[in-house]
Amino acid sequence: MGKMRTQSAPWRAAAVLASVLLVGGVAACGNSDTGGGGTKDDGKITMGFSQVGAESGWRTANTISIKEAATAAGIELKFDDAQQKQENQIKAIRNYIQQKVDVIAFSPVVESGWDTVLKEAKDAGIPVILTDRSVDSADKSLYKTFLGSDFVKEGKLAGEWLVEQKKTASGPVNIVELQGSTGAAPANDRKKGFAEAIAANPNLKVIASQTGDFTRAGGKQVMEQFLKANPKIDVLFAHNDDMGLGALEAITAAGKVPGKDITIITIDAVKDGMQALADGKFNFIAECSPLLGPQLMDLAKKVKAGQEVPPRIETEETTFTTEQAKEALPNRKY
Amino acid sequence: MNDTMSRYRTMTGHRLFWPAAVLFVMLAANTIYRPGFLSIELKDGHLYGTPIDILRLSAPLILVALGMTLVISTGGIDLSVGSLCAISGAIACMYISKQPDQNSVGVVVTALAMALGVSLVLGAWNGVLVAVIGIQPIIATLILMVAGRGLAQLITEGQIITINSEPYRAIGLGHALTLPLAIFIALAAALLVAAFTRRTALGMIIESVGGNAMASRLAGIRSGRVIFLVYVISAACAAVAGFMMTANVSSADGNAAGLWVELDAILAVVIGGTSLAGGRFFLSGTIIGALIIQTLTTTVYAMDISPQTSLLFKAVVVIAVCLIQAPAFRARFSRRRRNAPPPATIADKPKEQVPA
Repeated sequence: MGKMRTQSAPWRAAAVLASVLLVGGVAACGNSDTGGGGTKDDGKITMGFSQVGAESGWRTANTISIKEAATAAGIELKFDDAQQKQENQIKAIRNYIQQKVDVIAFSPVVESGWDTVLKEAKDAGIPVILTDRSVDSADKSLYKTFLGSDFVKEGKLAGEWLVEQKKTASGPVNIVELQGSTGAAPANDRKKGFAEAIAANPNLKVIASQTGDFTRAGGKQVMEQFLKANPKIDVLFAHNDDMGLGALEAITAAGKVPGKDITIITIDAVKDGMQALADGKFNFIAECSPLLGPQLMDLAKKVKAGQEVPPRIETEETTFTTEQAKEALPNRKY
Repeated sequence: MNDTMSRYRTMTGHRLFWPAAVLFVMLAANTIYRPGFLSIELKDGHLYGTPIDILRLSAPLILVALGMTLVISTGGIDLSVGSLCAISGAIACMYISKQPDQNSVGVVVTALAMALGVSLVLGAWNGVLVAVIGIQPIIATLILMVAGRGLAQLITEGQIITINSEPYRAIGLGHALTLPLAIFIALAAALLVAAFTRRTALGMIIESVGGNAMASRLAGIRSGRVIFLVYVISAACAAVAGFMMTANVSSADGNAAGLWVELDAILAVVIGGTSLAGGRFFLSGTIIGALIIQTLTTTVYAMDISPQTSLLFKAVVVIAVCLIQAPAFRARFSRRRRNAPPPATIADKPKEQVPA
């Protein structure tokens, strides 16, 4: 004690600083997943990102895109995989708040139950960006913006292409639809968008619509029955590539030529789907891009700089025909 | 008159009568709704039609349910079969996808052997947890049910592995004697299990262990070994089912392959008349149970029942099947209707839980 008193003021300050840094370091080590120190004001942006999980190829591509874009943009990324559990995401977000990251971004596992933790982030002055999926909070000030695909628009693009293709059709055009998992937002919205678009031509009629659960096995099994129950099917609209790929097998087994006898329209544009499109087995794909990393990093910089951003931003997406697929295929990442 | 009556009794009293009747009613309803439902035609030398689809698609479920029947007859349950399907399919497809010549039979055989080997090890893990360490089967197999799906996704790196291998595809879609190969694989498995359990003492030993493990042990049966064995058999059945599921679409999806198949399998076993308390099992009943479940799914698609109502529809049918199956319910129902004393139904007494 006596010795302490003899220390000069600068020494004492240094000791305090050292102990603070030490404690900070230990605390950060406690969450090794989201590790790293707090934010130093060196102009470098730190982003905490909580991913849904790794439940599909789409999601894996999404994760890779975010990680790569962060490195390219010079943003320090603290990444957490919630393994499809909301409690994990809430925990991760609280960690990010404690670590005083500059921006928090996450893809909510479910829509509801976020108000408390988002309020904590708001009170701590940390802006939040939602990606891919939205939340149903009534208080829109809890997050800065929502960056993601517009599923209704994807369905609409698919429908509009069909309307354009069949505008000279004199007789009825029979459409069968493979829906995604019942109740899932992409399934509901894509169905809605497609129905709105094809309403433009009364000849276009959806004669059967069933869920294939977004899987190849599901798509195949349902398509087998569609083919047997309906002698004349002109068009198949599948809510994702995988169900369309499953249906391809059923169509071939029924002795029909996919892409010719039956026009196939899908959504997503994953690699296998694009290959089928390039091979002429699919006819049209509306893209649902997982590559939103670069857009997310741009947004993070803008938000950090205090710029205003629109509350809803759509992922940059396009559509593909067979010719475009052949061109794009060599450069596809997923 | 009396003779016909008693013959009717014997027929309806047969344990397979009600499940078979339900299957018949479902097929009949489908045929009324769509007259072409049962029609079969020859296309490219293969039989083609909805009944063939039902048989082919129920093959994996039949396999899984066969293994499940044995596990349940020992008084256990195996929740890990769905994950095992995903793992075996993932290993096989991953290995094949890495080979330069995916169409080589040698490659496919190696892939199958590897995947089957891993599945047997995992089955042995279940067996050790239940038989040696003495963990409750529902908990012991829950571990692999949860961890296994993660393992399958780890193997596929979260991607859907697409392969282009004709020999592998044949497991799910190949044909022999104009019928899908999958039907023959399921049939062979059923005959094999039946031969081992009904032509040897094994079946009786399994039932005796399920009835009372302690008494069986005192009678000189090594209960632990029998219990261990049924989990390994169950894993082997699930592995082959996993090959079929992935071969059917030429791709392995660690997330979706075999999802909830354990519940369908348990349902098939129960519909087939095997008691969940253990002590007796009916392989033929299980097969009919699996066919009922697949027919139900196909019915939903064939009649284009909307996805929102299809779950409810399935639930109602399943409840009806289970009630019709229950002797106690039938007795009560017929008593009300005829207002006569019930026939002497021997309802199964609930088995007392015997600590092993």
